[in-house]
Amino acid sequence: MSALASILSDFGEALEFIFTERESRAGGSEIGGTQLLGLLADHLALSAVALAIGIAVAVPLGIWLGHTGRGTFLAVGIANVGRAVPSIALIALFFAFLGTGFVNVALALALLAIPPILANAYVGIRLVEPDTVDAARGMGMTGPQIVRRVELPLALPLVVGGIRTSAVNVVATAAIAPLAGVSSLGDPIIAFGVYGESGRLGASIVVAAVAVATEVTFGLAQRLADPLPSTRRTVPA
Amino acid sequence: MMLAQSGVEIRDRSDASCVADNGFCPRWIADNLDRYADPLLQHVYLTLVSVAIGFAVAAALALLAHRRRWLVGPIVNVTGILYTIPSVAAFFLLLPLTGRGNTTAIVALVAYTLLILFRNMIDGLDGVPEESRDAGRGMGLTRRQLLWRVEVPLALPAIMTGLRVAMTTTVGLAALAFFAGAGGLGAEINADLAFKSNVVVASALCLLLAAALDGAILLAQRALTPWSRAA
Repeated sequence: MSALASILSDFGEALEFIFTERESRAGGSEIGGTQLLGLLADHLALSAVALAIGIAVAVPLGIWLGHTGRGTFLAVGIANVGRAVPSIALIALFFAFLGTGFVNVALALALLAIPPILANAYVGIRLVEPDTVDAARGMGMTGPQIVRRVELPLALPLVVGGIRTSAVNVVATAAIAPLAGVSSLGDPIIAFGVYGESGRLGASIVVAAVAVATEVTFGLAQRLADPLPSTRRTVPA
Repeated sequence: MMLAQSGVEIRDRSDASCVADNGFCPRWIADNLDRYADPLLQHVYLTLVSVAIGFAVAAALALLAHRRRWLVGPIVNVTGILYTIPSVAAFFLLLPLTGRGNTTAIVALVAYTLLILFRNMIDGLDGVPEESRDAGRGMGLTRRQLLWRVEVPLALPAIMTGLRVAMTTTVGLAALAFFAGAGGLGAEINADLAFKSNVVVASALCLLLAAALDGAILLAQRALTPWSRAA
């Protein structure tokens, strides 16, 4: 019974941290409550920049590899290696070799975002029926026209699906950005001495909520991106 | 396991100037490689135990959902939410319940394997050709015999693919297990984030471990499905 009470009080204090400001443990600065809004803004800015870079690199590359039918090995290989690279290793490598800073951490996160987007874009283009592409060619479409008006629209749900996976990944990993000296919602998690127990747990709740919200938002975008919604039967994910 | 907690302790012995510059120092690495043995073993332990428990749970769920189809949706949704929660957050959310240490790390890591493993198991079972089932029934197999002698063997490639993805993903996530107080190679990375030699060695060991486990499953798959070798 007392164990349960202590767990409940831990979470109660964490919720209080999320909604009300208080002085930091060492004194001097206000933490919690509205201070988290600033950290949230930092977190989202870092994630958005990283995701944008990842999309700008991986979508065109994946489409090109898929359209030309070359580079199966490359697309699949990058996806496999990418999964095995620990996020903290990427951030640490960028920090050790390039130093601290918003741009360096954003680049590390962008590298993390690339493999799923690349693999999904590649597979999405490859899965377009060859008959459909033939029909487009028969109508006199050029290569770039086929990509833009046939392959890309049909592959779009998978492309957005890859972006969704990466977005959740990036938002989650941005939580350890403070290890490399860049501010995010992970601050209270990393700087335990300043924020204490309730700050760490409270920030963990917020980070989890932001990740779930990202998943839901991009899941919705994925559904809207489908040009043939009624004809597809996909496993709910 | 608790070798180096601060940047000062981790550096000693040879290559003084290179080490002082936070450089990439082959000699320091050669001299200090043994530091990483215990964290590596702890990393292997966390990964194998988590994937093994995850596999057992996912298999039980898959067998259940294979019989009662309506369960597939809810199970995918629940494991999907677990998969979405960032591991760092999950470790700290579990701390008040399970305390610092291996238990917290393993519970969180198991949760991440479930979606990957379950989905591949169900996809594999769904992909069994109806003709194969018919042939099995024609031979007089009971439902249970049909499952274990026809459906599961034919689903093995998909199941093993899921196992490989779950294994490499878990190696990566276990690098954050130090947040839960469970050590592993991530603890070494975190012990001295600015020291290039340290970061490179610990990261490389993570990648090698993932590649080795992946290769081991691939070999096991070849051994378990001799009929697919011809194709």
